[in-house]
Amino acid sequence: MTELAPKIDGITKEKVIKTSGPWREAWNGFRKSKVAVVGAGIVLFFILLAIFGPLIAKEGINDQVLGDRLLPPSAEFWLGTDDLGRDILSRIIHGARISLWVGFFSVIGSVVVGSALGIIAGYYGRWVDTIISRVFDIMLAFPSILLAIAIISVLGPNLQNALIAIAIINVPNFGRLIRSKVLSIKEDEYITAAKGIGMKDARILISHILPNSMAPVIVQGTLAIATAILEAAALGFLGLGAQAPMPEWGKMLADSKNYLQSAPWTMIFPGMAIMLTVLGFNLMGDGLRDALDPRMKN
Amino acid sequence: MTTKPLLKVENLKKYFPVKKGLLGKTVGYVKAVDDVSFYVNEGETLGIVGESGCGKSTTGRMLMRLLEPTEGKVEFDGKDLTSLTSEEMRKTRRDIQMVFQDPYASLNPRHTIEKILEEPLVVHGIDNSKERKKKVREFLEIVGLSAYHAKRYPHQFSGGQRQRIGIARALMTNPKLIIADEPVSALDVSIQSQVLNLMQDLQKDFNLTYIFIAHDLGVVRHISDRVGVMYLGKMVEIAESEQLYAQPLHPYTKALLSAVPVPDPNHQKEQILLEGDIPNPANPPSGCTFHTRCPAKMDICMKAIPKLFEQYSGHSVACHLYSELSGNDIKQMEGSL
Repeated sequence: MTELAPKIDGITKEKVIKTSGPWREAWNGFRKSKVAVVGAGIVLFFILLAIFGPLIAKEGINDQVLGDRLLPPSAEFWLGTDDLGRDILSRIIHGARISLWVGFFSVIGSVVVGSALGIIAGYYGRWVDTIISRVFDIMLAFPSILLAIAIISVLGPNLQNALIAIAIINVPNFGRLIRSKVLSIKEDEYITAAKGIGMKDARILISHILPNSMAPVIVQGTLAIATAILEAAALGFLGLGAQAPMPEWGKMLADSKNYLQSAPWTMIFPGMAIMLTVLGFNLMGDGLRDALDPRMKN
Repeated sequence: MTTKPLLKVENLKKYFPVKKGLLGKTVGYVKAVDDVSFYVNEGETLGIVGESGCGKSTTGRMLMRLLEPTEGKVEFDGKDLTSLTSEEMRKTRRDIQMVFQDPYASLNPRHTIEKILEEPLVVHGIDNSKERKKKVREFLEIVGLSAYHAKRYPHQFSGGQRQRIGIARALMTNPKLIIADEPVSALDVSIQSQVLNLMQDLQKDFNLTYIFIAHDLGVVRHISDRVGVMYLGKMVEIAESEQLYAQPLHPYTKALLSAVPVPDPNHQKEQILLEGDIPNPANPPSGCTFHTRCPAKMDICMKAIPKLFEQYSGHSVACHLYSELSGNDIKQMEGSL
């Protein structure tokens, strides 16, 4: 066994050298950080919970059994029941789907719109850049939650509009990030080389500039999912996001705030769910930053 | 060797505006390239030398219109490149390719070698996917790498190997002219000669014409048929390589050549030391731009800009020392020194 070990080691090393693209190297770097792997584990757990949880805990999450109201955690109700006698555990499981849905899709929306605007601003410069950058500045001048509230008050309070509002308020963050990255990349010699070959602008943007500016977006995107989940919960808490009886975590917090003294579990468990998901995404984002940030590389 | 000029450059200028203030008012111009004319014959190598900031790279980039010239004409293969639309220019780039200075920066780190080399063919719609992949492997062998390198990434190669990849990329579309912008200055000396020899072999095999931009006089002498010397955006002297090194005319060229180290410890050095720094191209000296540092300065140098003119056959110089005198006078003058 000890004789075999170095040989096997040699083989795997050779394999790594042959196939190690930049993404694989980043993955290897990511794997080394324990904290990041824990974060990724938490995220994966909630993703699986969001996908498969509702299939398992499907029985009436909105069924109100007033006889069972505000029961503490027990063998029957693991995390207790809320003020309308609904099982908190199954509501949290269903809530995972809502929160992750909002988190992922609002961030995807802001990444797509922000990247497009940022790349155009950074690559073409001049007045295009001036206009786009000033719009971003104006949007960033508002506190983000205030802007979200303003957008929702125009669109009307429901979960979908909360998602759109969160996507919009995050656009300038991604736009500025990509713009600054593009500004530095477009001075690189391989971009000049691509032009020298006779490549069209659109192709240069898609095949050279976009892939090379993605690394910070992935990091920022992961961290932004955490923020988006928090913002969705905050909007839900304010009654501007998910509406009753949706089992949205922020909404659950708002509904239970009157029972904090008498039945703290109604508030603690949804709060912990939010905290854990956000923590998971943040840890994972930090790990990704270490793995993808070129400044951290030797 | 044919003597047909493949590329003719006339009065090429690049002025970069200097902007100041809130409204970006133009307060002046940096004359990076100021009225440069030369030609390159088919199959030859023209070396362009000069210290950093003299405009040699800017000239190279303007020939491909990677930078738009402020003024002037670039005639390539009978076509005036400066009058082409950007789409026509894009297609013409198939025939003019460039090799870059920094082999670490000129290859996209996220693409495999195969993708990098295939790209020029894809862009110009040459061959189908299978033929392209075959060609990539062929050219890897031609530049001294192996076919199995195709699947690797740039960071897995050394500087010399990467420069070979850069050269292979320039060759893919079978161009007529290659502009090499300091292709070996980032490499170790031992690797430099390998890459230079490779470029010379390729020139013979593919009938290439080179414009070789460098600051190393030894390197330029090794590879060039003719050499042009630039100073502060102007071509000050241009001649056959042997002629220029044997009998430099311009005081600046003389100073440059005297600075080349000689591998002989007993050699009596007569180095001409230039005083001062290269002047600011935003505010160049009046008359001859070299007069602030010239050891042979005359009164006229501060007033009149010397024109580049042919002193001997094929040997042009822009200096007031020569404009008034015939070739014989100079020989006499030099004999008496």
